[in-house]
Amino acid sequence: MEYEEEGLTRDGLKEEYHHAIARKIILLTVCVLGIVLFVGLLSLSNYEGVGLKETYEIIWNHILGNEYPSKSLFWWADRYIWNTAFPHALAAIIAGAALAICGTMMQSMMVNPLADPYSTGISSGACFGAICAIVVGVSFSSVTGEMGIVTNAFIGAMVPALLIVFLAQRIHMTPATLILLGTAISYFFNSMITYLMVTTDADTLQSAYMWQVGSLDGMSWDSLPIMAVVTVIGSAIVMLLSSKLNVMSLGENSAISLGVDVERFRLLCLVLMAVMTAAIVSFTGIIGFIGLVAPHMVRLVIGSDNRFVAPISMAAGALLLLAADYIAFQFSDIPVGVVMSVIGSPVFFLIILWQTRKAGAIY
Amino acid sequence: MQIRIDNVEFSYTSVPVLNDISLDIDGPAFVSILGPNGVGKSTLIHCINKILQPTSGSVFIDGKDVKETSIKELAKQIGYVPYSANDSFPLTVVDTVMMGRHPHSKWKSLDNDLDVVYDTLKMLGISHLAMRQFNELSAGQHQKVMLARGLVQEPKILLLDEPTSNLDIRHQLDVTKMLKRLSAERGILIIMISHDINIAAKYADNVILMFQGKIFDVGTPSEVITEDNLRTVYGVESRVIDDEGRPHVILRDALPMDERINPSAVMAGIRERRARDRSSESQQVES
Repeated sequence: MEYEEEGLTRDGLKEEYHHAIARKIILLTVCVLGIVLFVGLLSLSNYEGVGLKETYEIIWNHILGNEYPSKSLFWWADRYIWNTAFPHALAAIIAGAALAICGTMMQSMMVNPLADPYSTGISSGACFGAICAIVVGVSFSSVTGEMGIVTNAFIGAMVPALLIVFLAQRIHMTPATLILLGTAISYFFNSMITYLMVTTDADTLQSAYMWQVGSLDGMSWDSLPIMAVVTVIGSAIVMLLSSKLNVMSLGENSAISLGVDVERFRLLCLVLMAVMTAAIVSFTGIIGFIGLVAPHMVRLVIGSDNRFVAPISMAAGALLLLAADYIAFQFSDIPVGVVMSVIGSPVFFLIILWQTRKAGAIY
Repeated sequence: MQIRIDNVEFSYTSVPVLNDISLDIDGPAFVSILGPNGVGKSTLIHCINKILQPTSGSVFIDGKDVKETSIKELAKQIGYVPYSANDSFPLTVVDTVMMGRHPHSKWKSLDNDLDVVYDTLKMLGISHLAMRQFNELSAGQHQKVMLARGLVQEPKILLLDEPTSNLDIRHQLDVTKMLKRLSAERGILIIMISHDINIAAKYADNVILMFQGKIFDVGTPSEVITEDNLRTVYGVESRVIDDEGRPHVILRDALPMDERINPSAVMAGIRERRARDRSSESQQVES
């Protein structure tokens, strides 16, 4: 077949392949720098004489363990950064990263660009749990108060997840079956939520509704350890599985013939995703958009190789939520979920148009 | 290497697709599976590499039951090239082909894998596509990429489901010839489902002819590809001539698909016509 177009040389291929990897690493670096920038902006306090540069200085000194003289300007700024801004920023980073990597996993596993961490009905279950606590004051556990909502949401999220996992061992689960079952579960819980919400008064309704859009207000150091531990362990596992996720996107038959036990692998992904998503959502409420869109934004720029999409979408998700949180913080009354969708949707829209014009189609 | 298929039955619902199949295939060889649509060719292949579990019966690879072999272990021995591929979330051609290395990947060296991939792309004449996205390719190019993926898997047994169906004739011939050469050079057993009887006849060491969920005939191309077999299995009238020791099929007529027409009446007509042909031929010889 010598008449074919001039092919690449062996070294040319290697060079080009390594260049492609370098591009991916550049995107990751950009996202990480963006995160650092927004952490700084969020930590910017209203103290006179403490600018962005001083803010980083304070953060750096805190990390090194240097303390400022008590009640001095920098001491106050340090207190503000450490007690208010940082938990907030870290929560945004963790939640954004976790939801984005769950979305990446879900979309690749289901071979469906519309899948997200909430596709199996986890969000509606969590929402039902939380709203039971907010509206009716019913707790599924012995915990009450603010943590009562969290535990309720977690238990609620586990109901659809366990149901799906239970069913997956008994019937053959195709991606379509999974999504349809998830939709059925969502409708069921959503109707219950609607019923609970129409029966309540305006104030409760507002806080219930706020929970549904998701919010990072009131995040303190107490909420972080669970979120952080689950996210770090979970995303490490997802990254180990990322080349298997690539194989899954070839379709079921090819995946089996390349040595992936498809049914068991799907089950593992579902369990992993359920735990990660539930751990985040029970603290923050249903933050939408990121899990669906962050992986796509990354894929549209660097292609669909999950070994890179997984870590970079984590950074992109964290950056997105952090940026949205910063803007929400400037207009103190707008929930972060709203800001993210208002700004993220047009950006996403433009990326899709740009990629479609460049390559003919997005996937 | 050897595949032993032992009383395998398979059904999706109550209708059996594979009906008590027993067959031994020995390698290295280049084997072609022929048969009309829906006789269970793909199902048989899927039962060999565990994509499907037989309803009853067993498949043994080198004496070991595939039921007792893990999917991961099996993937190191058996490669598979599907009929069509999914191209949502596409990767570059290099990455798509490199996934064939997945069953072997332990602490892999990227450059070593790139070497294997490059050689295979070069062999198939598609190295210029290396950095393109998989979804930008034509159907024929797709098929070559999937073929490359099956080859870099470096299996002892390679199963192919109509690997040349979207290729033009030059590439059909070239790919089939290459598969025959590889089976000898690398000492692997290659089993290919094919719809082109003449190409199969030209290159295959052995032919398996399937009909109604059963093995209808097995043997060398000359033994299996006969006018009688083609009439019964495919419902076509043909003339099989000898071309350098290989059978070559010249298609004459199809038995009607129209269920309102009585096939036996058509057959009677065909027999009559053939008798006429023969008598005129013999007359020519005499004169």
